[in-house]
Amino acid sequence: MSNIDVVITGVGATTPLGGDVASTWDGLLAGRSGVHRIEADWTDRFDLPVKIAAALAEEPTERLPRVQARRLDRCEQIAMIAARQAWADAGFAEPTDEHTDVEPERLGVAIGTGIGGPVTLLSQDDLLEEHGIRKVSPLTVPMLMPNGPAAHVGIDLRARAGVHSPASACASGAEGIATAFQMIQNGRADVVVAGGAEACIAPITVAGFAQARTVSTRNDDPEHASRPFDADRDGFVLGEGAGVVILERADRAKARGAKIYGRLVGYGITSDAYHITGNHPDGIGQVAAMANAITMAGLTSADIGHVNAHATSTVVGDLGEANAIRKAIGDHVVVTAPKGALGHLVGGAGAVEGIATLLALYHGVVPATLNLENLDPRVELDVVAGEPRKVELTAAISNSFGFGGHNTALLFTTA
Amino acid sequence: MADKEEILAGLAEIVEEVAGVAQDDVSSEKSFVDDLDIDSLSMVEIAVQAEDKFGVKIPDDELANLKTVGDAVDYVAANAA
Repeated sequence: MSNIDVVITGVGATTPLGGDVASTWDGLLAGRSGVHRIEADWTDRFDLPVKIAAALAEEPTERLPRVQARRLDRCEQIAMIAARQAWADAGFAEPTDEHTDVEPERLGVAIGTGIGGPVTLLSQDDLLEEHGIRKVSPLTVPMLMPNGPAAHVGIDLRARAGVHSPASACASGAEGIATAFQMIQNGRADVVVAGGAEACIAPITVAGFAQARTVSTRNDDPEHASRPFDADRDGFVLGEGAGVVILERADRAKARGAKIYGRLVGYGITSDAYHITGNHPDGIGQVAAMANAITMAGLTSADIGHVNAHATSTVVGDLGEANAIRKAIGDHVVVTAPKGALGHLVGGAGAVEGIATLLALYHGVVPATLNLENLDPRVELDVVAGEPRKVELTAAISNSFGFGGHNTALLFTTA
Repeated sequence: MADKEEILAGLAEIVEEVAGVAQDDVSSEKSFVDDLDIDSLSMVEIAVQAEDKFGVKIPDDELANLKTVGDAVDYVAANAA
């Protein structure tokens, strides 16, 4: 690995807690819940056992020009919104034919998604069935393809150093950021727009997750349904959202006097080779991901002060991760699990939570895990509950794991 | 059947809906691609909506010949049922 320093100079997001990073972060600190009853009639129509979700706080069509919005799947819309916010936050102007703040040949994109545009696929299939081919949109394929979010952002911001779209389920967003880090370290790009997006709240996905028995059925009490590490947790809550960061060569960022949120100093990506949805019982892949990130960064486990856990609020998953954190790092770390408030943003999760990790380092405060009322006694970790906690931090890890046995750990430090 | 002025107005509505071009800018001499910046995907959407609106068939080989708004207006005027 080369010794090119990589820093984060911009952040953007749209989530169930708010239409940007500031409102999302405020929501995490204030302990707001993004989980609500699903308003659509289909939960009753199909008699689904799950009637709750964490939908976006702000409709993406409100932030995009009408014609652009109609050409994009919802997943692409939110990737675009988060990317433009991050781009502007980094101090870059909207690119034009005459001027780009980053040379296109040195600008890359790595934005992952778990599924892409399933809602487009389904709605266009309905049109085909009902009306025949004439009513099928010529934009069907570009709207449903999982590389669509990354590709649209690449066109919008004029990135010619390569566009990647990792698909590793709930680790996709984190893998996007890790891929971006590699691109800069390998010398392929100086700036990479990186993260993840997901917008797949639909009857078939809710039904599928429900059939896999992985989601909470606390329908009468949505705000308390997502409760990572709590003794009464009963599954995750499906959410939607996007997070995007601007990764930049440190020397470039310093030369232009950019605001620096922190550094990305290492990552670990491993795979369980065990089961398509279940974690390895010994957590070997998760432990290795965290350990590899620490090794890559040239740090030791004692340096890590904070872990932003993947913890989705499933009975088995949260416990497995707690054990893996203790094995890989120890019990000295201050842990939080933002899915209590955000729900599970699937491909957007790793990116939004990466931003939360970065902001915890930047501001020296770790948000509480919403709904953590009775810590599962088997979770032998210091998990923040109740109120946010002020902590002086220098290094923190953000974990993201996905169906398929994907494990990704991102290691950030203060600037 | 509608006269050419009505066809132009109807076409301009479709172009605005699909591609966001202001209706006033959709005039006969304009090229869909070079002047109105409409891509091949949007042209397919415009053609399907025009077929429905004007009761006309626009096969792909004919669509390829409709370079300007005026070409489309003339085609619809000549072929509408």
